[in-house]
Amino acid sequence: MLNTKTVVRVGIADMNIAKTPQTIRTSGLGSCVGVVLYDKTKQIAGMVHVMLPDSQLGKSTKINVAKFADTGIYAMMEMLKAKGVRPFSLKAKIAGGAQMFQFGSNDTIRIGPRNVEAVKAELKRLSIPIVSEDTGGSSGRTIEFDPETCILHIRTVNAGTQEI
Amino acid sequence: MNSDNEITEMHLDVLKEIGNIGAAHAATSLSQLLGHKIDMRVPNVELVSFDEMFELAGGTEKIVAGIFLRIEGDLTGSMFFVLTIESATEFIRKLIGDPTFVFSQVEDLGLGASALQELGNILSGSYLSALSDFTSLNIYPTVPSLSVDMVGAIVSFGLIEVSQYSDEVIVIETEILQEGEQGISSLAGHFFLLPDPPSYRTIFSSLGVL
Repeated sequence: MLNTKTVVRVGIADMNIAKTPQTIRTSGLGSCVGVVLYDKTKQIAGMVHVMLPDSQLGKSTKINVAKFADTGIYAMMEMLKAKGVRPFSLKAKIAGGAQMFQFGSNDTIRIGPRNVEAVKAELKRLSIPIVSEDTGGSSGRTIEFDPETCILHIRTVNAGTQEI
Repeated sequence: MNSDNEITEMHLDVLKEIGNIGAAHAATSLSQLLGHKIDMRVPNVELVSFDEMFELAGGTEKIVAGIFLRIEGDLTGSMFFVLTIESATEFIRKLIGDPTFVFSQVEDLGLGASALQELGNILSGSYLSALSDFTSLNIYPTVPSLSVDMVGAIVSFGLIEVSQYSDEVIVIETEILQEGEQGISSLAGHFFLLPDPPSYRTIFSSLGVL
């Protein structure tokens, strides 16, 4: 990563947008999934840090759309549209969805794979192609996307770094 | 009690008291196990955002040894021990009696992983039995599970239940301090109790402060 670039940070259950020369980053993805939607020609990218697969799981009246795969990806597409991006020019890269612990309560233990499935289903529904992905496994990930090169840089503790 | 109900300072004070009772018991058990003095105290019981929770545990990207277990019974929730790699190494060396033990990935920890899980068993068992006596609630821990990774990746797993209700979590934070050579205490790690939101009401009503 070049030092001259400023980094837009995305927290957990959060989303944001970056434009060249910015990069966008979220850290410590475990069972959560980082979804990057980008437009290569406009050099703009949005990132959502998805925590749960489905907004139906929300038991509160007040909903944080960025928390769920279905509402988060849709809201990000709308945010990008508001910036002049045309939905059909969008592509996606995704990372995360690990299984951090070997046992736990039944539903929760598979939350990583369920998040990945839900993210893929929503991207398919919105006709946004997934260019590359690094999902599953049992390692946490920190990811950073550069809208200029459209490269997603992935760092893990146990499984090294890679670019997709 | 859901996120729409008000959690007051008094509620947090009650949880802090519970935390201190549990921590005192757990510290005694741990001191006996390790053969040197361990202190545990509750500096804070707070309602925090998920990102703030990671900061409490050392920062999202800090690499730690995390022992996770669920609480089941009359009240449900998640428990975490988050140890620095140095402290985890030191605890393992003492527990398995091998001063040359070197920390590595979970898959290669062998006896070390068992030792840390046993530590989790003893800490959670003593903590929860104190909590159970105090509240007259039936509470028991699941078998602990271990992961060595970034704080964000480990702790977010324990937030999955809470996240279905809210974007904030009540954290009963406990510092684990160990006494060093010259009687100087150093921070070995943290211990977190995260009750599931439906259990808030159970805890408060068992203590008569609903």
